[in-house]
Amino acid sequence: MASTGTHDTPGRFPAGARAFPHRDLTGIAQLERHEILFLLAEAEQWVELNRQPSKHCDELAGLTIINAFFENSTRTLLSFEIAGKRLGADVVNMHAAQSSVKKGETLIDTAITLNAMRADAIVIRHGSSGAVDLIASKVDCPVLNAGDGQHEHPTQALLDALALRHALEDRGEGSEDFTGLTVTICGDILHSRVARSNVLCLQALGASVRLCAPPALMPAGVEAIGAQPFHDFDAALEGADVAMMLRLQTERMSGQFIPSAREYHHLYGLTRERLERCAPDALVMHPGPMNRGVEIDSDVADMLDRSIITRQVEMGVAIRMACLDVLTRKARGVPGWNDGQWV
Amino acid sequence: MGMKQVRPLTITGGRLVTPEGVRTGAVRLAEGRIAALGEIAAQEGDEKLDAKGKLVAPALIDFGVFAIDKPAFRFGGIARAALMPDQNPALDLPSRVSFIAKSGKPDLWVHPLAAATQGLGGTELAEIALMKDAGARGVATGRRWIADSGVMLRLLQYAAMLDLVVVTHAEDGGLVGSAAATAGEIATRLGLPSAPAEAEALAVARDIALAELSGARLHLRQVTTRAALDLVRTAKRRGVAVTAGVTPAHFMLSDLATADFRTFARLSPPLRCEDDRKAVIEAIGDGTIDVIGSGHDPRGPEDKRLPFADAEPGMAGAETLLAMTLTLVRDGVIDWPRAFDLLAGAPARLLGVDTGVLREGCEADVALIDPEKPWVVDSRKMEATAGNTPFDGQPTQGRVLALFKGGVAL
Repeated sequence: MASTGTHDTPGRFPAGARAFPHRDLTGIAQLERHEILFLLAEAEQWVELNRQPSKHCDELAGLTIINAFFENSTRTLLSFEIAGKRLGADVVNMHAAQSSVKKGETLIDTAITLNAMRADAIVIRHGSSGAVDLIASKVDCPVLNAGDGQHEHPTQALLDALALRHALEDRGEGSEDFTGLTVTICGDILHSRVARSNVLCLQALGASVRLCAPPALMPAGVEAIGAQPFHDFDAALEGADVAMMLRLQTERMSGQFIPSAREYHHLYGLTRERLERCAPDALVMHPGPMNRGVEIDSDVADMLDRSIITRQVEMGVAIRMACLDVLTRKARGVPGWNDGQWV
Repeated sequence: MGMKQVRPLTITGGRLVTPEGVRTGAVRLAEGRIAALGEIAAQEGDEKLDAKGKLVAPALIDFGVFAIDKPAFRFGGIARAALMPDQNPALDLPSRVSFIAKSGKPDLWVHPLAAATQGLGGTELAEIALMKDAGARGVATGRRWIADSGVMLRLLQYAAMLDLVVVTHAEDGGLVGSAAATAGEIATRLGLPSAPAEAEALAVARDIALAELSGARLHLRQVTTRAALDLVRTAKRRGVAVTAGVTPAHFMLSDLATADFRTFARLSPPLRCEDDRKAVIEAIGDGTIDVIGSGHDPRGPEDKRLPFADAEPGMAGAETLLAMTLTLVRDGVIDWPRAFDLLAGAPARLLGVDTGVLREGCEADVALIDPEKPWVVDSRKMEATAGNTPFDGQPTQGRVLALFKGGVAL
């Protein structure tokens, strides 16, 4: 259990900080397969804790965690806040209006200011790709990427992996990774950091990934990152084990990228009928918030035996607890974690 | 204007880079001009300088810079620069052009490129004829292309009448939008807003068609993709009066250089794929590309220490222009005379100035160069007003030992 303070699962992962030799979590791209598996394993104890009536431990007592969100967020911010608080840290949320921080030195100045307040970890969401890497290079504490532009959203990919693993375990199909599994991700791939992080994470864990979007919402060169591109949703779903639907921003549905919401639903909406094209018992995922009736029908989203959308949210807290715990171990002087070098 | 050559100077023992080839010999600079060169001796009363076997070449003429930056130009062997109209305010009035034309003298000559349209807005023609009389040596669309083909045609016709070269930025604005990268694997991995490389070929095709129609001289300041270079090559064969330029970034680097969100590699047009980089080198080799310029655009942390897409494009290139171009000589892509035609001769012809070449009677803008001297580019130790070089940390070779403007040592 969480509060006993034993962190390493003996044998499966390298000892101490060698299991996760990073100061920051800026993206899945920086992680090795065993490091992803380590974070997933670490999260299990928090899944358990979060299901207890008393969900509190003092692991991070005395530490200050700043959630600096330069872009609006409800669920991710809440998830990080709950994660920090359940670990006993002092959590402060900073909502910086994107407009006032976007230009000039202000972003760096904000980072330096947060650093001067001696935060023990900073969680950042920003509308520009690479902004989190930039801030990470200017501060002295661990930095967690809660979504940067169209680049990465690593904790989302990790929580998706954890939710998927749990769902498979419940069916008795559990294994350490996703070898042999086919996952179809459909939606606005071009603008999606969730898609990018998930492609990298799922592939690292052995799954094959199909990406489906209309041409205007498909980035160039996805084959080069190992994903198979589709424009035909029915073909993309054929035999898939998981259908992961992405939210389509309403402003992209009015003629610039897509003629209309109903036309999008016609081509790319996940209906019960379409779900039949997938493998039997295929799972349905969505990072939320959903546009019901656009990318996903309500009766699919709410299927008890197939949809794991609420489980994704549940796993989000556990994954973020694991990330905050692991990244602050050096600062807390956890044995085996305070002597290594960051990579 | 203040800096007249008083005493003739003879530089002996050099390897002279002339259009006909490299020859050992001496060059005599008198009254601001090249008085003689070849197998000559210093005359009575001449100042003397022993080149000790180093290169004696025309001083560089940097075509298409965004800032006047004398220390950087001096370091880079640049005696003249054609300044882009993207100033604050834009060079769209005769008074501004006239001020800029005098601003660098005597030690640096600045040749203003007049804004093609008022405020560089791309819609209403600026007073091009008046600006020509005020000292403009060309017309430029600035950092952007002119979207309206009707405006572009009328601009080219007008410039043709005035015999002014029209310098364009060739990227289709509709495709480019707010892109900060070229569409492809790297941009997809980084999640950067990107535009297809074909945006350049589209713009080049249109500008060539309109240049052909109007009879104007067209200079595409940067051509960076294989498809667009093919269009230029074909147009030249047809006899269209089109020339093309590039900066060293696009033959030294590909979009891989942006992989860590390094904003010093945020350029406009953005860095391309490896195949396009190779195509640029081929085009320099076969003469499709006429000019290598620095695109000198020093940018401080307020413009560069930002997330990649939010940062301003541009690089401080004046100091590395020569060394990077010399890599092409070492790699056998071009020879010495061609290198200095790309860096000085062709820019001089575009501007219509009587220099850029070691020839009797030409203005004595001369550089003494050690092409082998090794050095390491260091963004923290640049002469430029900012150190935003994409070549930071790169070991290179070739340094200017002395620079003469009108026969006077700078």
